[in-house]
Amino acid sequence: MVRLIEMTGSLVTRFLRYQGEIAQLMLETLKAFFLGKVRWQLVGQQIVAIGFGSQLVVIVTGAFTGAVFAAQSYFKFSEFGMESAVGAVVSISMCRELGPVLTGLMVAGRVGASMAAEIGTMKVTEQIDALRAMGVHPIDYLVIPRTIAIMVSMPLLVAEAIGFGMVASHIIVVYGFKVPGAWYLNHVIEHTALIDISIGMIKGFVFSIVIVMIACHEGLTANNGAVGVGKGTTAAVVVSSLVLLIFNFFLSLILNYMSPLGSS
Amino acid sequence: MSDKNSNHSDGQSRREAGPCGDAAGTKNFFKVLNLRKSIGEQKILRGVDLNIRRGETMVVIGRSGEGKSVFLKHLIGLMKPDSGSIVVEGKEVVGLKERQLRAVRHKVGILFQDGALFDSMTVAENVAFPLMEAGVKDRTVLLERVGQALDKVELAAHMAKMPINISGGMRKRVALARAIIAEPQCILYDEPTSGLDPVVSESIDRLIRRMQKELCVTSLVVTHDMDSVFRIADRVAYLREGKIYFLGTPQELRNSKDRFVRSFVEGRQIEDED
Ligand SMILES: Nc1ncnc2c1ncn2[C@@H]1O[C@H](COP(=O)(O)OP(=O)(O)OP(=O)(O)O)[C@@H](O)[C@H]1O
Ligand SMILES: [Mg+2]
Repeated sequence: MVRLIEMTGSLVTRFLRYQGEIAQLMLETLKAFFLGKVRWQLVGQQIVAIGFGSQLVVIVTGAFTGAVFAAQSYFKFSEFGMESAVGAVVSISMCRELGPVLTGLMVAGRVGASMAAEIGTMKVTEQIDALRAMGVHPIDYLVIPRTIAIMVSMPLLVAEAIGFGMVASHIIVVYGFKVPGAWYLNHVIEHTALIDISIGMIKGFVFSIVIVMIACHEGLTANNGAVGVGKGTTAAVVVSSLVLLIFNFFLSLILNYMSPLGSS
Repeated sequence: MSDKNSNHSDGQSRREAGPCGDAAGTKNFFKVLNLRKSIGEQKILRGVDLNIRRGETMVVIGRSGEGKSVFLKHLIGLMKPDSGSIVVEGKEVVGLKERQLRAVRHKVGILFQDGALFDSMTVAENVAFPLMEAGVKDRTVLLERVGQALDKVELAAHMAKMPINISGGMRKRVALARAIIAEPQCILYDEPTSGLDPVVSESIDRLIRRMQKELCVTSLVVTHDMDSVFRIADRVAYLREGKIYFLGTPQELRNSKDRFVRSFVEGRQIEDED
């Protein structure tokens, strides 16, 4: 019993410390953004790596999620003769939930992991010390470019996933199940407002901060050689995915409160 | 190199004859006082006192794992001491924040023991890095300076390679080129000749000497290579059990009667341990 309390205690302190470290990293990044010089060339490279490099992943995720969701909704809804509702359901859930969350998880896996591994390797091979020795702040050189790049890329990737999801669902429902195209499209447009896509993109933006901060933190605090880098990489993906899902829940509540479904 | 075996006033006169004489200001480049550092349970530095004069070549020797690299990292604030003081050119650096250390770090170049080359960049980009950070943008200037620096370490032919694709000794020399390219006032070398063949080792030693003579560079060299010590050192510090156990000229080192010093210089175990 005492051990149990001790264990929970140490878990809680570790959790709090972790939060503190992430908060500190965010603060330092913010400070560095205004104090240090932004290396736009590195930002560009990172945008290519993050944005362009994630194309395939995001397109496949978006398209197939949209397709399967449309198909399942159609099966169920057509039992009640409510085929017309499929478009609305698919579009709302793609925009508000599936698009941002799945894109976030995929980017956490792809980009977060590679960031943590790259920065972690630099840490354990003294490359970060070498940067510091040359008067270059690691936050300026490593964290800032990645942060700007992912904050720019993520909302666009989310929008892209939503777009491909919508197109795929259209193809499935209209060409696969022979629902009249104009009719379906009309329903989609009627029930989707700009705010729905914006909500997806806002979520994408928030998730991008979660991913980059956790990944950079894991990288910068890596030690114990290759094993440590491996652990850090895994932790970056697992922690940022979990945090992302939890944040998503609360974001949904907040954003729905500010802009309730169907208010538009 | 007829002067290398003469006594210690020689190092003095060489310094005064060079361009270093007119460098005004404090006499010591580094002033380290009672520096202590523990990592975990292990006490690594236990009160290091050492002054390094402007323009001299100080060699630090000591057994493996004694804390020489740790000491070097403290000098430019890469590691924070538990207590003690480090004054660089009259400015206390202990307690400075990362961004405040910039000025000091721009004066000092460092060669890490394992090179610490950026593995995402080519050899040339690595060597050019300090210059580019210093604001040199002109590509022809960069290329010329990088070429010169790599020439000094005999690697001009390998510019376009990635660090992962060159040998360990070459990596070390690239790191050396990176450490000297911006012509800092002081260079810290962590085992510049370990892992190199005797011919290259000698030429690196000559390079260190030349940097000191021509540019009046203050050098701190960590090495295990006793030949090298006698070739380059103005003074030698022997780090033992976390303190400077011996400090003197190479001649004094050679003539020392102390059994620990003797055993290190001659490279044998102490026989009658009591
Ligand atoms: N990051 C670290 N974490 C824990 N211990 C460390 C760390 N860095 C160094 N040490 C310890 O400090 C001691 C001194 O290490 P250091 O690298 O300075 O030795 P050294 O004198 O440079 O040896 P060598 O000549 O082999 O390079 C070692 O015992 C090492 O285990
Ligand atoms: Mg060492």
